[in-house]
Amino acid sequence: MRGRNHPGWWAFLVHRISGIALALFLPLHFWALGQALEAAAKLEAFLRWTDQPLFHIGMWGLVVLLAAHLAGGLRVLALEFLPWRDWHKTLAAVAAAFALAAGLAFALAL
Amino acid sequence: MSPRSQTLLWVAQRASAVVLALCVVVHLATIIYAMRGGISAAEILGRTRGNPGWLAFYSLFVLACAVHAPIGLRTVLREWAAWRGRGCDAAMWLFAALLAWAGMRAVLAVTGALT
Amino acid sequence: MSRREKGAAPPSDPPQLLVRVWRGHADGEFQPFEVPRHATQTVLDVVMHIQRSLDATLAYRYACRVGMCGSCAMTVNGVPRWTCRTHVDKVAGDGRLEIAPLSNLPVIRDLVADMREFFDKWARSRGRFDGGNTRHDEFARVAPASTERQQVESGIECIGCGVCYSACDSVAWNPDYLGPAALLRAWTLVNDVRDTAGLERLRAVSGDAGCASCHTHLSCTERCPKQLSPTAGIAGLKRAVALAALKGTL
Ligand code: SF4
Ligand code: SF4
Ligand code: FES
Repeated sequence: MRGRNHPGWWAFLVHRISGIALALFLPLHFWALGQALEAAAKLEAFLRWTDQPLFHIGMWGLVVLLAAHLAGGLRVLALEFLPWRDWHKTLAAVAAAFALAAGLAFALAL
Repeated sequence: MSPRSQTLLWVAQRASAVVLALCVVVHLATIIYAMRGGISAAEILGRTRGNPGWLAFYSLFVLACAVHAPIGLRTVLREWAAWRGRGCDAAMWLFAALLAWAGMRAVLAVTGALT
Repeated sequence: MSRREKGAAPPSDPPQLLVRVWRGHADGEFQPFEVPRHATQTVLDVVMHIQRSLDATLAYRYACRVGMCGSCAMTVNGVPRWTCRTHVDKVAGDGRLEIAPLSNLPVIRDLVADMREFFDKWARSRGRFDGGNTRHDEFARVAPASTERQQVESGIECIGCGVCYSACDSVAWNPDYLGPAALLRAWTLVNDVRDTAGLERLRAVSGDAGCASCHTHLSCTERCPKQLSPTAGIAGLKRAVALAALKGTL
């Protein structure tokens, strides 16, 4: 474990965990929105049901994961496609900052 | 799967990532904007129903997800679950189909393209 | 014994390092030793002291002692390092050392890892130069400032120590993965204008066993004692391989 304690490895781990979580969440997300196909009222009922603290925390988590996966993905693309330079620690830090900022913005909007 | 196909999966993963990067920025902004004061079905549908712009946007978004997520999951299953055979590849094609189908169903539902 | 001035503090014994050293095979265990601490002592000095003065049966490997041969790499306090140029001061601030063989490779005995797979993968990624010229041809001219030559400026300094391979999780999770050093080697040859095996090499390093399995953890780049960046070379391979696959030549 000690050998892994550096920004690039943590960035990788966050990217992988958030990716798995988002991939598993997608079918659920699509199913919920698909409710509107039958009636707007069904979607509304679902939204009311999720309008409670536990779900708010879950939604906040998903927004942070989505932002983290986005920023982490841009980090990977930058490393793979842009000319190599010694900036990978900065990239990881910027990605983390972006995820936290998105989380904050969402929490304030809640 | 041949190394060439594996390479094309890698290309598809990166190409869809670029599309998704743009989509997710819009999506995050929309979520945060829409969340203020709570969300309701009427509010969501009011924004999306009968709007060809959103129809095109969400269709692209869903299809990029259907490409991106299964390729990533395939790598995770190979590395963390040691599931490497054809079975894994077949399961990922199925997962891609499921995402595309369920996703497009959701898009049609919220944009009202079917009603 | 030198005479001591009255009232002066007694000379303390040289401080001791507490060293735990891996013994045996994969199912072995750590054996504790106490080793006198010296100024500018390297981890290899510590291992040599143990083998020469405390336990002659300790197996380990080294040759040059100056960071050129790449044979002395071990896992030091959980991190793969070249031991001949790793100072104890740098890694054992608290006076404790845990020394094990490189991970991701089978253990032969004690601190000696079996490097066979590591070098076999160099061969599998076509790490051998294939030239088209004979001795009747003119010398090839490689302009030092050319893009190709600049791309491999650092990569050609690899000493084959296996530190990156041992640090790479993709190797641990995907046993077929060729690993950072072999891929970096391939990248130096892909950029070698004299080489004639370009396409076969791209084939050899493509796909799940090749560059597609590098997830840019940067552990290799972080740990390489020569401060090379295999991740950068692998990124180059990813682009070259992707281009060939899209063109249909791969
Ligand atoms: S790239 Fe660096 S760490 Fe890897 S074998 Fe070469 S010198 Fe050692
Ligand atoms: S960057 Fe690539 S080669 Fe280096 S440690 Fe990570 S997966 Fe291995
Ligand atoms: S002994 Fe040669 S590199 Fe350490």
